[in-house]
Amino acid sequence: MSDAVTDSLADPFREARRLARESGDFSVLVATVPYARYLGVQLSLHEGRPRAMLPFRQELVGNPRLPALHGGITAAFMENAAMLHLLYQLETTRVPKSIDFSIDYLLPARTEELYADCEIGRMGSRVAQATIRCWQKSQDRPVAVARAHFLLMTPE
Amino acid sequence: MSTQNLETIAAAFLGYIPHMRECGLSLVRGSPEGVELRMPFREDWVGDPIRGVLHTGPITVLVDSASGFAVLAATPVPETIATLDLRMDYLRPALRDKDLHCRAECFRLTSQIAFVRATVWQDDREQPVAISQSAFMRSSTGKPWKPEARA
Repeated sequence: MSDAVTDSLADPFREARRLARESGDFSVLVATVPYARYLGVQLSLHEGRPRAMLPFRQELVGNPRLPALHGGITAAFMENAAMLHLLYQLETTRVPKSIDFSIDYLLPARTEELYADCEIGRMGSRVAQATIRCWQKSQDRPVAVARAHFLLMTPE
Repeated sequence: MSTQNLETIAAAFLGYIPHMRECGLSLVRGSPEGVELRMPFREDWVGDPIRGVLHTGPITVLVDSASGFAVLAATPVPETIATLDLRMDYLRPALRDKDLHCRAECFRLTSQIAFVRATVWQDDREQPVAISQSAFMRSSTGKPWKPEARA
């Protein structure tokens, strides 16, 4: 087996991470997580940090009358923003495992794009703590804030 | 709300709310004491293909949906509610190829706030994959809607 193949088996995220870091193309990294791909999460570098974006589509609506996105979608998007941020930043060989997640809803999420930034508050050898902020039109009017813990699977 | 009303409302909601329909959610049982929803497995729900484990996102979608239903089930008449906060604890991995079940119960209903807890499992309810607690704000008056109030 070639070294490249051995490497890709050892760390399926290595090439995805390299692409994201070197060219800001996160599509391969997102594609490693089927649910992130399903949601349609996109990432780009903003002032050197990953920023997540979720384009609107009709299937994500939770309240057709307001109308508003499903609350679970806002939460799921923010969990993805944190998870993908960790996959990008760490040299981890596996998807970080969610331990817990807690969200405060501040405003109804309208039927337009969602944006999220993630800040890593603590990066231990086994656990990472993340704070996620989510907004739509205006970054200073967040629709939700959340915090989460992840269990990291670091190389042996 | 009566069980019969709840079933009628659930059927309408699950077919009408785009993301609930998209997820294939169905009501297994429901009463003022609590509701149980089922979410069928779908390849898109996978979070870690190497481990064969579901992403936590769809689990949160299921819990948010079931918890909202539990509040509606506990109120005398349907009313508008908004999630204030929701906390998830992921107790063990949820495995691919298996459905998810969620039981949500509104354990305290005040005039303005509803408190809900929920449990998610796959094969065995005694081995939950996640538990959750959440708070909802009820519609501003907190009073049951009365037809004569509109006159």
